[in-house]
Parts: sequence; structure tokens; C-alpha cells
Amino acid sequence: MAISTTQRSQNLGVSAIGLDGISKLYGNIKAVDKLSLEIGWGEIFGLLGPNGAGKTTTVSILSTLLLPTSGSASIAGLDVVKDASEVRKIIGLCPQQPAFYPFLTGRENIELFGQLHAVPKDVLSGRIDLLVRKIGMEDDVNRRASHYSGGMVRRISTIMALIHDPEVALLDEPTVAMDPVSRRSVWDFIKELRSQEKTIVLTTHYMEEAQELCDRVGIIDEGRLIELGPPKELIDKYGVADLEEVFVQRTGKKLREAV
Amino acid sequence: MKIRRVLALVKKDLRKLTRDPGTLFLLVLFPVILTAVFGLAFGGIGESGPQMFEIGVANLDGSSTNPEWADSFISNLTETEGIIVSQYDDNATGQADLLQGNLDAFIVIPEGLGDSCSSFWSSPNDARVWANSTIGLYVDDGSLIASTAIPPIVNQVILATLFGDSQMSMEIPIQLTNPQLISVSSLSQWDFMVPGMFAFSAIFITVIVAQSITVEKSEGLLDRVVTTPLTSSEYIASLTTSYMAVTLLQAVMIFLTSYVIGYRPSTGPVGFAFALSILGVFSLVCVGLGLITATFSKSADGSTGLSFMVAMPQMFLGTFMPLGGIADAVSSVMPSKYVTDALTTLFLRGAPVTMLSIWIDLALVTVAGFVVVMIGVFVFGKWGINRH
Repeated sequence: MAISTTQRSQNLGVSAIGLDGISKLYGNIKAVDKLSLEIGWGEIFGLLGPNGAGKTTTVSILSTLLLPTSGSASIAGLDVVKDASEVRKIIGLCPQQPAFYPFLTGRENIELFGQLHAVPKDVLSGRIDLLVRKIGMEDDVNRRASHYSGGMVRRISTIMALIHDPEVALLDEPTVAMDPVSRRSVWDFIKELRSQEKTIVLTTHYMEEAQELCDRVGIIDEGRLIELGPPKELIDKYGVADLEEVFVQRTGKKLREAV
Repeated sequence: MKIRRVLALVKKDLRKLTRDPGTLFLLVLFPVILTAVFGLAFGGIGESGPQMFEIGVANLDGSSTNPEWADSFISNLTETEGIIVSQYDDNATGQADLLQGNLDAFIVIPEGLGDSCSSFWSSPNDARVWANSTIGLYVDDGSLIASTAIPPIVNQVILATLFGDSQMSMEIPIQLTNPQLISVSSLSQWDFMVPGMFAFSAIFITVIVAQSITVEKSEGLLDRVVTTPLTSSEYIASLTTSYMAVTLLQAVMIFLTSYVIGYRPSTGPVGFAFALSILGVFSLVCVGLGLITATFSKSADGSTGLSFMVAMPQMFLGTFMPLGGIADAVSSVMPSKYVTDALTTLFLRGAPVTMLSIWIDLALVTVAGFVVVMIGVFVFGKWGINRH
């Protein structure tokens, strides 16, 4: 049996994700500023920060959508610029904007992305049923997506990103604007992915979400990484109650002010 | 290339056609309604023969020792009331124009006409020394008036050329062939319009492709699709396959609608299969133009306006609109013109599919299709997806 890219890189001790001095400039504005970090296999890593901090830009670079201005990034040892087509085979992207085809049903949207990721025909249908059940969309999956609420769209969007069982999932604010029940179902789903040793990069500006789900977090502000570590360690380090206060201590401003 | 990925996207596009009211209207219902309305308005009026006869002349005697006789013949023909003369350099081009319906008749002045006239005047009473010649005459019998009126007119012009104003009734060395009638089944205004309806409808694909891609771009769908292992060649293959299928569906719907309201083309299943082929290839042009438009469109509304600007020259210069002067010259760079020409030759003139001119039309549309798609792929790849 052929060994997969991810297995090979794990065997060689290559980290799941590596960012080496990544910068992204839009004119004079630095969206990401010399960001360097490594994320291990099976880790749930949270990228935290206010809107405009550079989280989505970082995810866009990792998902091969954007070219970095300088620095390099890799997934499973594959360069996201030079080996973009190989990287696309092992990642699943849930974008911040829940992109879907409104004239298709939820199931048809998921099915389409399964086919684009070459999920075998005999596996696809069963996998859709399984994921839909886990995320609580059984009653609505056969309705046109144009009729979905914001929360439903986000849940379908998350399944679209994970239908091919990717080794590395990039989830960009997957629970934003979700009601508490929907958010909890997505959290449970992400926790289950952890048990399957999937590597997940999760961007959020909900600090409680990061505390609940992430093994480590990186706090970024104005494109720079200002703190890195497990949530509990960071909270203990600053002697505060939660990650939001860590941000306040570190930057001297509240998250909402930063937004 | 993974066919399964291509088919998945084709299925998505065809579902859009049936579920998105705007797309369904523009690509299917509108062509059907337009066909029905135009068919009822312009069809069944009966024969509407031209008031002026357009006659083409190929002068093969221009370089003889007595070219002035052929010039005189053309001059006399031109001065004849109710006749518009167009000169051709060769026989084939004139024959093709007659088949396309651009002429009511075509005359071939043979090499040696001048010698015939001179030999007559050197010995007017001795037919044994005359050099005989025969003028070729081809008449479109779709118009009963033209096929009846033109041969006597041409005979009159021959006599006027030979004798001037003092016409005489006597034996002469110049003969006119029996008119060879080119068969046309009907000449209602609608019959001339139908071939153009097919290309006209297919052109709307440009608008839909531009709109769809622009919406996918602005709503992040294209970004999402780009992060899958889908290759650009698979994406383009799906796009062209989808809209080729739509074009064929349109063609069948327009044909059926026309048939129901009485249209009967002068071709059989093979001719119709050829028509579907050239329309299928023409859809490449429309998809390519849609891609180019989508590259420079920022919003769905913007893409609609821009795509209509791109599509309109094809619509008005290459389909069923009557053209003349500069517009006629400009139309020669419109791929839709060659589609309409080929369908006119098949449907209106009843030409066989072995006719060279329709294969030339097919070749030109094919080349245009591939060139426009390649340009579309290039510009969209360069400026359509911003990775910077």
C-alpha cells in the first residue's frame, strides 16, 4: 500500500504546518508581519486576535489562495507556493465567508466538494450521512441552501471542508454568528476530530472557544505574533481569568477596541 | 484530468439552469418565446419577393482581345431598371453567394464573348464564321418572380449589347443557357430569420458565464473551489461541456418551436446534425467571451452590463439582422456570422452537407472558438484570480 504524504512527513519528523517569517503586504499595510511558528500533527491550534489582525490572511496563505510577500510556509513539508497542487490534496478549508451554491441543497453542496476531492463513490454517501448526523443537520440537508439560516450555512460549510477527511483542516471563524446550540455542536465535532488526530488550525475571536478547544494558541495583533502557548499556561503566566485578559495585558487594549 | 470532477461541475451547472429562474429564462425560455413571437410576426406571410433583383456577374472575358463587349454587357445590365449588379472575380464566390441567398441570379460571362461579338460584326450574314459563346445563368427559383423575369431581361441585355439602341431580331452567335434554378422551399421573412435565431440565442451564454463566474468570485466560491485538487483544465472542460450542452438544448427547443409554427427547413437529419455541431463549437466562443468578461467584472450587475457590450456586436452583426455597408464588412470578424451563414446554406438553400462553404464556416468557427477560449483562460488565469 502506498504511503501517504502526511504519513511520510510524520515519519520524517516534519511538522504538520510550518510558517517561517511569513509577511504579507497590501501596499504599505502589513497584514502579516514576519510570522513564524510550527504546528504539530494532531494539534488543534488557535489563531486568536481581533478582526484585521491577520488571521484570515495567514489561513489564506496556508490554503494556497494568497502568495506571501516574503517568507515561506509548508504543510506536511510541502511548500504552499511551489507545491500548491499537492497541498490542496491534504487540506480542507472552511472559509470565513461561508461560500456555497444557493441553488443546490445542502447535501448536493457537500457531495460536489466530495467529488472535487475525489472521495470514492461508495464512501461518499455514507460519509455525508455520518457528518450531517454529527453536526445536527439531518432534517435540513435536503433543502435548498438558499433557504438556510446563517447557522445552518456555517455548519454545512464546515462539513464541505471536512468531507474528504483531510489531515489538515483550516477552519476560519467556523462558529461566528452561530447560536449557542449550533456552536456547541460544532465544538463537539472539532473535539471528535482531535480524537482522530487531525491537525486543525482554528481562527477565532471568541476567547472561550479557544480555551475550550485548542491545545495551543497564537495571539496575533496587527499581523505580529505576540503570544504563543497552551491557553492555561498563558492565563497562568499573566495571572488573569481568561485569554481575553491575556490580550488586554499584552497589548494594553481590549479586544473590542482593537476590532 | 479526472472526468468525475468535470462531470460533478457539469451537473452543478445544469442544476443551476433548471433551478435558477434568471438562468432558465435567459438561456431557454427567452429563446423559445422570441422564436415564437418572431415566427408568428414574420412567418406565414407568404412569398415576399424582392422588388429589385440582385444579380451577380463574373466576367471571365476581361483579359481577351475584345474586352469592351463584356464591359458593355455589364453596363447595359446595370442600367436596366430593377436590377442591382454586383461583380465577382470568380465563379465560385458568386455561386456561394447565390446559395447563401445574397443574390437572385448569377451570370457567368464566358471567355470569348468579345470575340463572338466581333466575329458577328465582321460577317453579320455569315453564321459559319462566327465564334459562338454561351453566357451562364443561374437563378434562385425560390422567388417565382425572379426565376420568371430574369432570363428575358438578360436576353434583352444581350441584344442591347450587340445592336445598341437599334435592336434587331435576327440570329446571333451568343446563347444564354437555360436558367439553372437553385431550389428554395419558401421565402417568407421568417425563413430568412430562423438560421440567425440559433446563434442569437447561444450568444446569451456569454452573459450567463460572465455572471456566474463573477458571482462565484465575489462570494468566495471560486476561492473555495480553487483550494480543492481541481485543475484549471478540469474547470474549463466542465465550463465548456456544460454550455455546449445548453447550446444544443437551445437549438432543439428553437427548432421545435419553429417547427410547431410552420417552419420547414430544407435539410434533413444530417444537415441538422451539422447545425448542432457548428453551434456546439460556437458555444466555445461564448464561453471564452464570458471568461474574459468575468475577469474584468467586479460585481454581478457589472458583469451583466459588460457582457452585453461584448455580446451585442455578435448579436447584431452576425445573426438575422439585415446588414449593409460598413456593418456588413465588420460582420466578417464575427464568428456568429459564419454560424448563421452555414445554417442559412443548409436550412434555407437546402445545400448538401458536402458543400465546401459550410465546412469552411465550421473551420472558421472552430478556430475562433479555441482562440477565444485560450485568450479567456489566459486573461482569467492572470487577472481573474488574485493571489497577490
